[in-house]
Amino acid sequence: MRLGLIIISAIFINNFILSQFLGICPFLGVSKKLDTAVGMSVAVTFVMGLASVICWMIQYYILIPFGIGYLQTIAFILVIAGLVQFVEMVIKKTSPTLYQALGIYLPLITTNCAVLGVAILNINKSYNLIESLVNGVGGGLGFALAIVLFAGVRERLDLAPIPKALDGFPIAMIAASLFSIAFLGFSGLFSGLL
Amino acid sequence: MFNSIGLPVIVLGGLAIFFGIVLAYASKKFAVEVDPKVTEIREVLPGANCGGCGYAGCDALAEAVASGNAPITQCPVGGSEIAARIAAIMGVEASNAERQVARVICCGDKDNALEKYEYQGIKDCKAAEMLAGGSKSCRYGCTGLGTCVRECPFDAIHIVNGIAVVDEEKCTACKKCIAVCPKGIIELVPISKKVRVLCRNQEKGKATMQACKVGCIACQKCVKACKFDAIKVENNVAKIDYSKCVNCMMCAEVCPTKTIYANFADRKKAFIDDDKCIGCTICTKNCNFEAIEGELKGKHKVLDDKCVGCAQCSAKCPKDAIEMK
Repeated sequence: MRLGLIIISAIFINNFILSQFLGICPFLGVSKKLDTAVGMSVAVTFVMGLASVICWMIQYYILIPFGIGYLQTIAFILVIAGLVQFVEMVIKKTSPTLYQALGIYLPLITTNCAVLGVAILNINKSYNLIESLVNGVGGGLGFALAIVLFAGVRERLDLAPIPKALDGFPIAMIAASLFSIAFLGFSGLFSGLL
Repeated sequence: MFNSIGLPVIVLGGLAIFFGIVLAYASKKFAVEVDPKVTEIREVLPGANCGGCGYAGCDALAEAVASGNAPITQCPVGGSEIAARIAAIMGVEASNAERQVARVICCGDKDNALEKYEYQGIKDCKAAEMLAGGSKSCRYGCTGLGTCVRECPFDAIHIVNGIAVVDEEKCTACKKCIAVCPKGIIELVPISKKVRVLCRNQEKGKATMQACKVGCIACQKCVKACKFDAIKVENNVAKIDYSKCVNCMMCAEVCPTKTIYANFADRKKAFIDDDKCIGCTICTKNCNFEAIEGELKGKHKVLDDKCVGCAQCSAKCPKDAIEMK
């Protein structure tokens, strides 16, 4: 039950992009085409799940025992960057097809604030290991939902008659804000349960 | 003291060293050979992974450029400098032999084209275009108010006697003037093509003549004069097919209104090197102007008064004995 609530919350209510405004850079940068958006979101989901688990372990097995929990942020950045690089190399060698699909998005994720955000939020909400994993994957799926929907909108925007002053990024920003307002409708769902 | 400073240093340092070693090992162990071009282009790119190019980071763009799926100018951050360096890596410049330049297709300057009215509005071609297509009596002609001049980032267009003229030395074929011209009378042509039809008036000969002294009246003389089938009259205006044009300038010679421009001083003459000529007669057969004479096995000679510099003979000569001077 609790896991279900966490995943729904991560996808809809506390959507990383549209409610918490994390990971805006890839959201605007890689949402021009639908297929790249899908590749990016698969990679983000994978890395967020993995980072949640590893960072949870770092926090509870290294930082807390040594009493240096205040180094959380810098330690997590280090771990995530190293981890993503490592995963990229492994995928590149072992599975060229998988690398084709998501490997090229991995370098972009090393410093993605949504990944760092999910790792820190897991600790702040004192989730256990399983809950952290679920929250990480759920956050990734929320990211996927937002970016894929947005890419669909942007593909249509290319064909729409938009005033010259608003063409390109301005209209994308406006569309993104409308998206965010729409997702506000989910806030208050399950309030008090989490 | 140790707990507050030493411990964090050791723990974080340890983590960093651990990941450093793992990554160093992994980069050797999992090394994959890639196209060296990808690596080189990747090094030239800014490396910010901003995604501004529409690809997922600099690596993805480098791959797309190397495989020919993206133009070398795709990186918006790097601009022309990075593009030039990528071009060097890709060897694009070498394959792009023919430089293109913009040309304005109008020669109706103030002396030749009549004015319909006196325009006193904003000095902008687009504004003038809204008032009955500009003040020039020919609605296809250059308005001459310099919208393209202001748009050109290279100072390569100037208004000369009421019409825009491109400085071919400075033009970089960036197409900005083409996009901004409300008349659509600027086009890109290979720089080596010296002959131009400087009119786009699609009206019948008489109407054209009334509007402008140098407009194309679609008399078809150029079409008949062209021995290479490179010029056609479409919609009452002559048009040169530059894939066939050989710069013989015959069309410009016969044009009664002097609409077709060619600088006759640039005209070359064929010159046969007697030491190399073996008298094969191939040049004679290929000359459309009967400008080469000579017997089989004898030395051939170019008749200077008939040669128009089309270079067909020198292209066909098996011994490279013909030079264009």
